Amino acid sequence: MKKNIEKVNKYNNFIFLNKLLSFSFSAIILFLYFSFILIIGFKPKLLSFFIGDTYITSGIVIGLSIILLSIILTLIYTIISNTYLDKLKDELDK
Amino acid sequence: MISFLFFFFCLFPHFVFANQNESNYFAALIFSLFVFVTLLITYFASKKSNIKENYYAAGGKISGFQNGLAIAGDYMSAASFLGISGLVFFSGFDGLIYSIGFLVGWPIILFLISERLKNLGKFTFADVTSIRLEQSKIRILSAIGTLVTIILYLIAQMVGAGSLIQILFGLPYEIAVWIVGILMIIYVSFGGMIATTWVQIIKACLLIFGASVLAFLVLKEFAFSLDTILSEAVNIHESKKEILFPGKLISDPISAISLGIALIFGTAGLPHILMRFFTVPNARSARISAFYATTFIGYFYILTFVIGFGAIVFLTQNPLYLDETGKLLGSNNMAAIHLSHSVGGEFFLGFISAVAFATILAVVSGLTLAGASAIGRDLFVYVIKKGKADEKKELLVSKYSSVLIGFIAIFLGIFFEEQNVAFMVGLAFAVAASTNFPILFLTITWKNLTTNGAFYGGLIGLITTIALVVLGPTIWVDIFGFKQAIFPLKYPAIFTVFISFSSIILISIFDKDNNKFDNIKKFNKLTKKAYLGRD
Repeated sequence: MKKNIEKVNKYNNFIFLNKLLSFSFSAIILFLYFSFILIIGFKPKLLSFFIGDTYITSGIVIGLSIILLSIILTLIYTIISNTYLDKLKDELDK
Repeated sequence: MISFLFFFFCLFPHFVFANQNESNYFAALIFSLFVFVTLLITYFASKKSNIKENYYAAGGKISGFQNGLAIAGDYMSAASFLGISGLVFFSGFDGLIYSIGFLVGWPIILFLISERLKNLGKFTFADVTSIRLEQSKIRILSAIGTLVTIILYLIAQMVGAGSLIQILFGLPYEIAVWIVGILMIIYVSFGGMIATTWVQIIKACLLIFGASVLAFLVLKEFAFSLDTILSEAVNIHESKKEILFPGKLISDPISAISLGIALIFGTAGLPHILMRFFTVPNARSARISAFYATTFIGYFYILTFVIGFGAIVFLTQNPLYLDETGKLLGSNNMAAIHLSHSVGGEFFLGFISAVAFATILAVVSGLTLAGASAIGRDLFVYVIKKGKADEKKELLVSKYSSVLIGFIAIFLGIFFEEQNVAFMVGLAFAVAASTNFPILFLTITWKNLTTNGAFYGGLIGLITTIALVVLGPTIWVDIFGFKQAIFPLKYPAIFTVFISFSSIILISIFDKDNNKFDNIKKFNKLTKKAYLGRD
């Protein structure tokens, strides 16, 4: 009986962590992207100043950063899922 | 049969392209090589494609890395290579806004869809929705959603292919469409998912290699300084500094958000993309493939940005690439092609042209296979035969469906030759975002979803999307020629995604047929399978 309750708790915890990871990472991407679009729509000036003495604008830096951040976030998600969460899953499989 | 076709296609490019100039000859050579290798793969794959696991999902034996490449090959169309670099050439920074929109759907697919899809489904995304919902209704809706999406996407690809090949190789439009159509029918009907996957992998490698070399040659001219390229581009472009700022392309915020919604959720509802996650052995490799896909696609879009600005510097004042009015020969979409000639000479031009041709083939094959499996599996097996069809018959139906879809694509490609079909890709994304995605997402996450909710709600989403696009500026004004659009927005997703989600939810809540206890039991079972990969 006690073992069963422990197992259910473990399972619920695993599902919770999975969902937490999925939804928080999705929220970050959606927030980044829609802020970017909203700035373009309402305050394009914010993306139009030059960085230092160069012709590189804040918009280019932010735009390219969103691409890089997308790649980095998918990497972090994959690593967490494939190591930590998969280990929890293997324990449940036993 | 296949060896005859094989022989025919090996010789075909030579006599068609024979009396062209040097770069065309080289392009034809590279392209023939691509066709030769892919037909060889199709030949071997055809021996395995009499088993449905192989035909629909390449036996689940594709590795995460390979699938990441194949997804990139499936997603990076000629439109995104030539179209986005052309957009950067034309309007600078604004091109980047589009690239970002096309990329950000990918992390969302990884976080919300990929592993659950792999754990729950076998061959089509309707496998997932029908776990807890009534088979026949939900399969019909998924099949309609799939077919509408892929036909729209196919038309855009075919028309693009016809005109591109016409310009690149000097072939008549109709012959170009026939070559693309027949090759894709051969890949898909004989080789199934195995052949399709390898066509996509080879194409992805060629495209990423070609675009990297092109960007490298551009950067080399400026001692690898982005600042120098930008300053040269500002000096030479007629809009001067404006090309570095967000500009006219996205002037009203509602349209911008609406386009964003279509791109981010539409990507997660494209049937030919979703199908790719069934080709890997487990959830772990599904995640890895989504990560590699994001990386390759993101890297590729950064390259198109460099290529677009390179094109501004090298092409804007070079009479070799301009017509009498000072516009780029062909269209702005030819920016990357002309640039390859400008920085890499005849030889490189030929290479890039061949890559563009190969690119189209990989995308249309993926689309055709997704459509064929919707007919053969969702409609034939589960709706007509109620789940009791033998494997041989099922595969025969799928294979004939791929031939049928191929001919429909050829016919429509020729029919729409003179039309501007760019809006069809947008419409395909809007349909995917407002029909396929809401059903799939709510199946996985919402315990109170019912069959009627998903079916009627999804149908409402589909119909409103098509209606609003027809009544909007792109069709009502530009094609039908009316003065004013009945629906003001070019991209309706902001409304249609909302309408679809709310109708699914409302209909589910007020559904009288719903056995709540049973429904929640099924949902818990699905959740367990989605995360653990077992019952």
